[in-house]
Amino acid sequence: MAMADMRPPIESGCPDGFQYMHPTMRRNFGLWKYHTDPKPGVLRHVAESGEEIFTVKCGTQRILDIFSLRELTSIGDEFADGFVRFTIRSNIEYYVTDESKIDPLIEALESKGYVVGGTKNSVAAMSHTQGWLHCDIPGTDASGVVKSMMDELIGEFKSWNMPNRVHITTSCCQINCGGQGDIAINIQHTKPPKIDHAQVSNVCERPSVVARCPVAAIRPAMVDGKPSLEVDEKKCICCGACFPPCPPMMINDAEHSKLAVWVGGNHSNARGKPTFQKLVASAIPNNPPRWPEAGAIVKLILKCYKEDARDWERVGEWVERIGWPRFFELTGLPFTKYHIDNWRGARASLNASTHIRF
Amino acid sequence: MAAKKIYPTPMLDVLEEGPWPSFITGIKALRDNHENQFIADVTSSLLGQLEHSYETRKGYWKGGTVSVFGYGGGVIPRFSEVADAFPESKEFHTIRVQPTPGNYYTTDMLNKLGDSWEKNGSGLQTFHGQTGNIMFIGTTTDGTQKFFDDINDYGWDMGGAGPCVRTAMSCVGAARCEMSNCNEHGIQRWLVNNFTDDVHRPALPYKFKFKISGCPNDCQNAIERADFAVIGTWRDDIRVDEAEIKNYVEAKGRQYIIDNVITRCPTQALALNDDDTIAIDNRNCVRCMHCINVMPKALRPGTDKGVTVLIGGKRTLKIGDLMGTVVVPFKKLETRDDYEELVELAEEIIDFWAENGLEHERCGEMIERIGLVNFLEGIDVEVDPNMVSSTRQSSYVRMDGWDDEAIKWFERKAEA
Ligand code: HEM
Ligand code: SF4
Ligand code: SF4
Ligand code: SF4
Ligand code: SF4
Repeated sequence: MAMADMRPPIESGCPDGFQYMHPTMRRNFGLWKYHTDPKPGVLRHVAESGEEIFTVKCGTQRILDIFSLRELTSIGDEFADGFVRFTIRSNIEYYVTDESKIDPLIEALESKGYVVGGTKNSVAAMSHTQGWLHCDIPGTDASGVVKSMMDELIGEFKSWNMPNRVHITTSCCQINCGGQGDIAINIQHTKPPKIDHAQVSNVCERPSVVARCPVAAIRPAMVDGKPSLEVDEKKCICCGACFPPCPPMMINDAEHSKLAVWVGGNHSNARGKPTFQKLVASAIPNNPPRWPEAGAIVKLILKCYKEDARDWERVGEWVERIGWPRFFELTGLPFTKYHIDNWRGARASLNASTHIRF
Repeated sequence: MAAKKIYPTPMLDVLEEGPWPSFITGIKALRDNHENQFIADVTSSLLGQLEHSYETRKGYWKGGTVSVFGYGGGVIPRFSEVADAFPESKEFHTIRVQPTPGNYYTTDMLNKLGDSWEKNGSGLQTFHGQTGNIMFIGTTTDGTQKFFDDINDYGWDMGGAGPCVRTAMSCVGAARCEMSNCNEHGIQRWLVNNFTDDVHRPALPYKFKFKISGCPNDCQNAIERADFAVIGTWRDDIRVDEAEIKNYVEAKGRQYIIDNVITRCPTQALALNDDDTIAIDNRNCVRCMHCINVMPKALRPGTDKGVTVLIGGKRTLKIGDLMGTVVVPFKKLETRDDYEELVELAEEIIDFWAENGLEHERCGEMIERIGLVNFLEGIDVEVDPNMVSSTRQSSYVRMDGWDDEAIKWFERKAEA
């Protein structure tokens, strides 16, 4: 097609959300007074005006085929008021003003295999990334990991049995685009990249690959008479940062790309300041299609947290109160030299006191 | 109509078992039942390639360059490295589309978007990716343009990809949350729509993200994940409904309220009086939200509302995870001028970073490299003790400008 025939874009940017908002929400925008929790998966918000709106939160498979999308929208038309939103964890929320619609709506969703829950002190739907399905750098799948784990945690999604809410995330490379979680299951590479020297000069801009390495382990080199790169394997921390800009730096390995579990990431300012997650277990096999070893560790941590934490304590606050020695005692997980940080700022994570529990 | 070729998927089949909704069942439904031959074939081939990934524990997509006419970004190109074995999904590009703030839709609009994608793509979509976009997953280069032309005509635009201003995100916010202290919707659109050129034509050192949460619960993960985090807050007193406090005490017991509310306040700003009324030391409340979260019927944020702005949050690459740092402790957002000032701040920051950031350096990493004070001077913002958790611990610094700086402090105080 000639350029002249091409349609220029309308740069409208982020669209106005008010046009798609439930009229009760539009009327009471900024004027909500309080909420109650009638049952798992259902919220009731009450406005200054006295008007009420009910939210029914429903877990999905995130990767939605058009048939499922239409199923969800037609349920929204038949049993709710035709206005929805999606949460940051890919749940769909339905809004109704008539309380008597709630049970039929839940029934309709459950009869089609969807799951209502994820509110209050439940295990929320796991947030996940793209994985083997459609990312170009993943060491594992994301949708499959989440499906496998939610199959086992579904009871906790549908109930309020945790000390506080639990957010679980997964990331399929060490960029960790899945974000921080109370529990995070992330790829952890354990060997330096294998280099496809024949390809480097064809596809990589060598100076920018060299610049990408966080520990300056990469340098330009001639290999077999061709310009390539070499890695100082003693320095390399196996992070995989060189792989996106230079696919011949093959970091993903069927055997040596493992999973690691982290705990205590929390974005809320409630009680303490927001926190990053901390390493608890690594060298977990990347074992499709069900990742049972990673699932077992997540369930173990959840069990100990549920038994031992106080109301309102998030996973990280619980560990902070009981201390790391007790965490490893309760979970039976090994404490290793790899748990001791040596990255920048690491000193702040060392115990410079006699605060020790016996 | 079914796909012309069905690839065996013994490992993926296992993911159809169990009670959580299965993405594999959904993709198979497209393969087996969709009347559009392209959709049936492309999803069949996708399943074949994914099964191959499961068997070999490797990914097989590579990037490339695909965009729509007039834009430099917004498409995530995907070409298969195993197209010989799975030819029907050899091109499988993802299109990032900006949602509304808070991700609100009518079912009609969802259907309309789904229809457009069914005509031009694989019939697979995600609401939403971690970056905040609607992700329409899987089409050809040709389908990319057609799909975009279609949805762009009825009000949807592409998101960012590459070194550019990215799609922004907001929490559910004032539309349905009593904790909200700001108009997240307005803030998101004022900010990100001021930078549409920077969204569509990547020319910055790296990515730049805006995220907005209506209160310090920060449901949007803004402090941890956004270069520019806007968090709603308030300056005056927490609103108290004493009758409701009594109801909570009655329902839960004094001890429960003491153990779960009073003693959990991070600054010991709470006390339960003998007559079951609550005492709040509002000057020492740090607006953490805890007491309000536990007793939402009795306690509410105050009415002198505004926002705190934190700059420089990001995830691991390259120097490690960083939280945002307070750069504006409190800003009212009521008038048009207020919003314009917020946008100007974002412009200052992006301009300064575009000039001083190294290639592939996030704003927070630049601040780490040059120091917060140099950054503040660059964007013309005065220092404030709310920006630090503690003052300096090291004496290794040259301080011969002290007297001038002290005068400036007193002058600023006098102006305020
Ligand atoms: C060519 C390479 C890359 C592509 C195509 C890509 C694509 C994506 C996509 C599609 C998402 C959304 C994922 C989802 O929700 O499923 C995402 C998120 C993200 N990516 Fe990338 N990515 C690439 C490289 C990187 C790199 C090198 C970094 C690290 C600096 C990075 C950091 C992130 C982060 C932090 C998020 C989460 C976003 C957020 O919290 O808002 N990505 N990326
Ligand atoms: S975590 Fe890494 S591999 Fe996974 S989707 Fe994000 S960028 Fe891709
Ligand atoms: S894997 Fe990481 S540390 Fe190793 S060479 Fe690549 S970028 Fe450097
Ligand atoms: S961040 Fe605050 S205002 Fe926004 S949804 Fe969460 S609790 Fe509500
Ligand atoms: S909001 Fe937080 S800091 Fe303020 S009084 Fe309540 S618990 Fe204390």
